[in-house]
Amino acid sequence: MFDASDLGAIWLTLKLASVTTLILLLVGTPLAWWLARTRSWWRGPIGAVVALPLVLPPTVIGFYLLLALGPNGLIGQTTAALGLGSVVFSFTGLVIGSVVYSLPFVVQPLQNAFGAIGQRPLEVAATLRASPWDSFIHVALPLARPGFITASILGFAHTVGEFGVVLMIGGNIPDKTRVVSVQIFDHVEAMEYAQAHWLAGAMLVFSFLVLLMLYAGRRDKAGWS
Amino acid sequence: MSHTIRARLQLRRDTFSLDVDLELPGRGISALFGHSGSGKTTCLRCLAGLERASHGRVEVNGEVWQDDTQRTFIAPHRRPLGYVFQEASLFAHLSVRDNLMFGWRRVASEQRKVSLEQACELLGIGHLLTRRPATLSGGEAQRVGIARALLSSPRLLLMDEPLAALDGPRKREILPYLERLHRELDIPLVYVSHSQDEVARLADHLVLLEQGRAVASGPIADMLARLDLSLSQSEDAGVVLEGTVSGHDPAYQLLDLRLPGTDAPLLRIAHPAQALGSSVRVKVQARDVSLSLDADSTSSILNRIAVRVRECRPAENPAHVLVALDAAGSALLARITRYSADQLQIHPGQALWAQIKSVAILG
Repeated sequence: MFDASDLGAIWLTLKLASVTTLILLLVGTPLAWWLARTRSWWRGPIGAVVALPLVLPPTVIGFYLLLALGPNGLIGQTTAALGLGSVVFSFTGLVIGSVVYSLPFVVQPLQNAFGAIGQRPLEVAATLRASPWDSFIHVALPLARPGFITASILGFAHTVGEFGVVLMIGGNIPDKTRVVSVQIFDHVEAMEYAQAHWLAGAMLVFSFLVLLMLYAGRRDKAGWS
Repeated sequence: MSHTIRARLQLRRDTFSLDVDLELPGRGISALFGHSGSGKTTCLRCLAGLERASHGRVEVNGEVWQDDTQRTFIAPHRRPLGYVFQEASLFAHLSVRDNLMFGWRRVASEQRKVSLEQACELLGIGHLLTRRPATLSGGEAQRVGIARALLSSPRLLLMDEPLAALDGPRKREILPYLERLHRELDIPLVYVSHSQDEVARLADHLVLLEQGRAVASGPIADMLARLDLSLSQSEDAGVVLEGTVSGHDPAYQLLDLRLPGTDAPLLRIAHPAQALGSSVRVKVQARDVSLSLDADSTSSILNRIAVRVRECRPAENPAHVLVALDAAGSALLARITRYSADQLQIHPGQALWAQIKSVAILG
């Protein structure tokens, strides 16, 4: 069924998606909170930048990331100066790429969830002595729970399905950057259709189950009274 | 500690400006009354600090909450206030009990003045504790909202039309609880409303707001009796009177109510017995008062009172005039036709008899 290199690719893919989703929730929550509530002029431009990965070909994102992460790029020079060396063609590089690539899939559900809560619950919390931080933790986050579930599922699934960006900045190094989608590409190139079938089928079932979770879970969305 | 709530608020929006200087008694219920867009809710939000007046000063019973000359602005969550919104706005992710305890938990234990049991008893919500907010009726949810505000042991309660989102029966369900709060708790309450009926029942003090300005402010009885204010033009125009129960006729089920002052008149009201000496507030609608030149004792009208005309003004409806009357110190309003006013030659100082068709006991 799966050989060692297939299992390595599956393990790497799950690790990449988990780390990426975790980072995206940490970065995306404050960003989504800001986007949902600010009246600043910057809301438009920053919202558009966050949404760019939705429309850009992965090769374009990959190309610019390659330049930025490379020895002459801003991020590459910074990592070199910090003694971390180059992150291109490494797992760290893949994580950075995936975070950028899946950003809108996490930020937008969160932004919608925070927007749907509105101002009122936070005003109520303030009149009940809750500081802004207290209100955020004990009112905004629990009320946005459906948004967090959607954001986690979409962020994870979208990272699993990534191909173009990985090829551009990660290459094809077994157990370091060779994820499932790349592995399938390799099998097809090598005419190993049986192997490709197993992996492609697994991806299909996985994606279906993820989307099923998302759509079946929509019903018990918490309301606001 | 001075028992006063002072608020000087100036605020400018695209379509609206607010400029008021309020001085409210530091106890009892003060109503901010006006039509929608008059600025009453904005005033309340500024008192709470949910909105910030650009030039303002808010002082509540000796504590300064905002003073822009000193760059003082206490954040809402640091103000010891309770706020009841128009919609109950319960936290959907918490049970009724956790909603109630939300503020209570955030108040230092030595500052807690109200217990969960007291609040539940006061608002009759003890049986709802384990429920989710989504399963409550509008009236129940609003009672929980009021109890939740009380449990943060506020030194000032603010209510923004807490009954406006409810239908008639639900309103009547909550009003007695509000009257109870008034009687049993010593927390000053600022109450925003556009219902003259609610205000007449609850308020001790009234501020009339029109287009972001405070037009007049004073004790409720005085304000409702003034002909120069728009209050007297409303369909519900009338006065409130505070009287003392001085007797009860069990055979006819009539309650005697003595109005304050020497040789004050006695009102007789169809009502079950109440404790002698207890204080009762009644409303007499202007449309229920008719005037005659002599004490015609042949009609079915129960209450005939000797009065003197203070003032007479045309009503908005050209067929009517409004007459302000003095009944041995108590103010009355009468709305009569202009034809009758001319027939009786109504003029200030004139002695007349007022016939009161009905007197409504308010709580």
